Amino acid sequence: MRVLAALSGGVDSAVAAARAVDAGHDVVAVHLALSRNPSSHRTGARGCCTLEDSRDARRVADALGIAFYIWDLSERFKAEVIDNFVNEYAQGHTPNPCIRCNESIKFSAVLDRAIALDFDAVCTGHYASLVDREDCRELHRAEDVTKDQSYVLAVLDQQQLKRSMFPLGGSIKTDVRREASERGLLVAEKPESFDVCFISDGDTAGWLTSKLGAQPGDVRDITTGEVLGAHEGAFAFTVGQRRGLGLSRSSADGAPRYVVGIDTASNTVLVGLSHMLDVDEITTLAPRWCGAPPVGEFEALAQIRAHGEALGCTVLPTNESIRVSLSDPVRGVAPGQSLVVYDGTRVIGSGTIGSTRSSRSPNAREFPMHASGTSA
Amino acid sequence: MGYLDHAATTPMRSEAVAAMTAELERVGNASSLHASGRRARRVVEESRERVAASLGVRPSDVVFTSGGTESDNLAIKGLYWAGRDRPDSRTALAVSAVEHHAVLDPTQWLIDHEGAAVCFLRVDDTGQLDLDGLRECIGEHESLLGLVSIMWANNEVGAINPIAEIAEIVRSRGVLLHSDAVQAVGWVDVDASLVDALTVSGHKVGGPHGVGALVIGRDVTATPLLHGGGQERDVRSGTLDTPAIAGFAAALEAAVSTQVERAKEISTLRDDLVARVLKLVPDAVLNGPKDTTDRLPGNAHFTFPGCEGDALLMLLDAAGVECSTGSACQAGVPQPSHVLVAMGADEASARGSLRFSLGHTSTSRDVDELIAMLGPSVERARRAGLTSVPTAV
Repeated sequence: MRVLAALSGGVDSAVAAARAVDAGHDVVAVHLALSRNPSSHRTGARGCCTLEDSRDARRVADALGIAFYIWDLSERFKAEVIDNFVNEYAQGHTPNPCIRCNESIKFSAVLDRAIALDFDAVCTGHYASLVDREDCRELHRAEDVTKDQSYVLAVLDQQQLKRSMFPLGGSIKTDVRREASERGLLVAEKPESFDVCFISDGDTAGWLTSKLGAQPGDVRDITTGEVLGAHEGAFAFTVGQRRGLGLSRSSADGAPRYVVGIDTASNTVLVGLSHMLDVDEITTLAPRWCGAPPVGEFEALAQIRAHGEALGCTVLPTNESIRVSLSDPVRGVAPGQSLVVYDGTRVIGSGTIGSTRSSRSPNAREFPMHASGTSA
Repeated sequence: MGYLDHAATTPMRSEAVAAMTAELERVGNASSLHASGRRARRVVEESRERVAASLGVRPSDVVFTSGGTESDNLAIKGLYWAGRDRPDSRTALAVSAVEHHAVLDPTQWLIDHEGAAVCFLRVDDTGQLDLDGLRECIGEHESLLGLVSIMWANNEVGAINPIAEIAEIVRSRGVLLHSDAVQAVGWVDVDASLVDALTVSGHKVGGPHGVGALVIGRDVTATPLLHGGGQERDVRSGTLDTPAIAGFAAALEAAVSTQVERAKEISTLRDDLVARVLKLVPDAVLNGPKDTTDRLPGNAHFTFPGCEGDALLMLLDAAGVECSTGSACQAGVPQPSHVLVAMGADEASARGSLRFSLGHTSTSRDVDELIAMLGPSVERARRAGLTSVPTAV
C-alpha cells in the first residue's frame, strides 16, 4: 500500500511510521504545520508543532529513508479547531479539541488530500486497534489501557477507518519507547505531550480571556438565587468545577459549592451542592457511527471523558441524537464533551453532549438552562 | 532518475574533485611561514589567479568566503557599514525586490537594527529590473545612497539583468554596485569589473559546497563580518580552506572556459523542455523572460494552474523526477515566492509554480523522464488542489 505517515516529531508517530515501513508499505511522511507562528522549541511537556518538532520529524523520516514534506494546515486548523474551541467555551460548553482535530484535520483534510495524491491510507501513532471483519472494520480500545486513544478517534466513520492505520494499537508505551531506542530514533526519550497543543503555557482560562476579553458577571446560587461572588468570564468555568470559584461569601450551611451550570444568556455561573451534579441521562447532538448505525435500544458502556471510566448504560440511538440512561449517576458532565459508546472494547459511535438531567432528583433540572445554539 | 534542480546545486566537475582531493591529503595552513604553509599558500594564490582570470579582475580583488550567503552578507552589511562611516555618511541602500534571501534578509536586518533607509526596486512581469524605478530611487536618495545590489540573474525565473546598463546608471553617481552572480557565472558572460562587488558560489559552478568568493576592488572598503587572523585583506578572517578553494577555482575555470558552447547546448535542451511541457499541459504558463537571450540557459519556470507546487513536487519526487518550487520556506512551511509576487503574480499562481533547472550534466534523457511523469502528476495534483480549498465551519 501507499501510506502517508503523519509525523508529529514525537516518539509514537515515529515508531508507527517505522512499523509501516517494516511492513513493506511505500511510506511517505508528512508533518502538519498547524500554527502560523510556531515557537522555536518546546518547553517541557506542553504544546507541540514547534520548529524543533518539525526538525525532529524530518530527522525520523531521514533515518527511515522515506520522503518528508510539511503540509501547511494552519488555516484549516484555526478555522475548525481553534475557533471552534473558543466558540464552544463562549457558549458555556467544554469542547475536546483533539476530537475536532481528528475529525476535521487528520482524518478529513489530510486524508482527503492523501487520497487525492494516490495514497491508500494515513498512518498515525494513535493508541487504538483496528479489527477487520468480513464486512467492516472495527475500532477497538488499545492494548495499553493507560494510553488508549479510541475515545478521541470515535468520530471516525467506516470510510475513514478503512483508510486508517494505527500500528501501535497492540503495543504498550514502554515497549514503544524501547523500540524507538533500539531503532536509533533520537525521539525515544522525548517527553509526552499533554494539554491543548495550541495553548503553550497550559493556562486555558488566561488564553480564553485573551481571545474573548474579560466578561464580568455573577456567580449565583442556583437554589436561592443569591449572588455569591463575581467572575471575569463564564467561559473559564466548567461544570463540576469546585476550585477557583472566588466566592466572596460562603453558603449558610458551609457545604462546598460546585459549578452546576453556566447560563450564557445572563453570563452567570451557577453553583450548587455536589449532589446537584449527579446526572443519569445524557443526550448528545447528531451521532457519528463507526459502522452501520445501530437500531433500537441496547445495553452498552459509555465514556464521557478522555481518560474516564466506562459506565454501564442503556442506549437509545436516533438520527438526531444518542440518548443514554446510566445505570448509576455520574457527577459533573459538561455540555460539549464527547460521549463515546462502547460494546466491550469496540467503539460503536459517539456524539457531542448537548444536555444532561437527573431522573432521580426531585427537582429535576436540565442543562443547559437556556438552550443555546450549538455548533458542534 | 531525472535531476532537474541544478540551480539548487549541480554535480561536482571532475576537475574540481581532482584538485580538491589532491589537497585533502596534504598538510599546511596557508598563513604558516614554513614549507607546508608556503605550499598551501601557493595553491590558494594560484586558485585566486584562476578565479580572477575567469571573472576579468585582478587576483587581489578576490576574497574567498564560505559561499554565496556569506559573500552577500559581507557585501550588504560590510559596504553599508563602511558607507555609513564615511564623512558624508551614506545611510540608504537599494536592492531589487527579487533578490535572494541572502541579500534581502541582511537588508531587512539593517532596516530593523540600524535604521537603514531602503528602496526595494521593482521588476517587470518577467522579473527583470525596471530601470526607470532604479533611476527614480537614485534621484530621490542620491546624497544618502551608498549601495545598490542587483542580481546578475534571478535564481527562480532565470531573468538576466542588463548589468552593464545598470552599472552605468549607478556608478556614474558615485554609488557602489554589488551583484549576486551566483546563478549567472558559467552560463552568461560575467565581467566582474563592471561592478564594485560580485558574489560567486563554489557549488553552483560544479565546485564544492562551503566555498565562494566576494570579488571586491582593493579601493572599495568593506567593514568585516569576521574578525580574527586578518586573512583575505583583513576583510575576511579565518584559516583558508585550501582544498575547497582549489576545487572551486578548478570548477569555475572549467565552467567559464566552456560557457559559450555549453550554454548553447543547454539552452536548446531547455527550449525542448519548455515546448514539450506546454504541449503536454497546454494551460501551463512559462514565467520569466520570453526572449531566451534574457533568460538563463538552464532555467524553465512554470505555473500549473489549479495545482499546488508542493503537491506536484511530491508526486514528481515519488516518480523519480527532482525539481524545486524555487521559493524559500518560512517556519518549514512553503511560502508563495516573493519573486513571483514582485512580478505581479497572484498568490494562487505563485503557489502553483515549479522550477526545472538544467546544468552541465543534463541530457535529453532528463527531459524525457520529466515529460513521461509530468502528465499524470499534474492531473493528480489538480485533484488534490481541489481538496485543499478551505471549507467553511
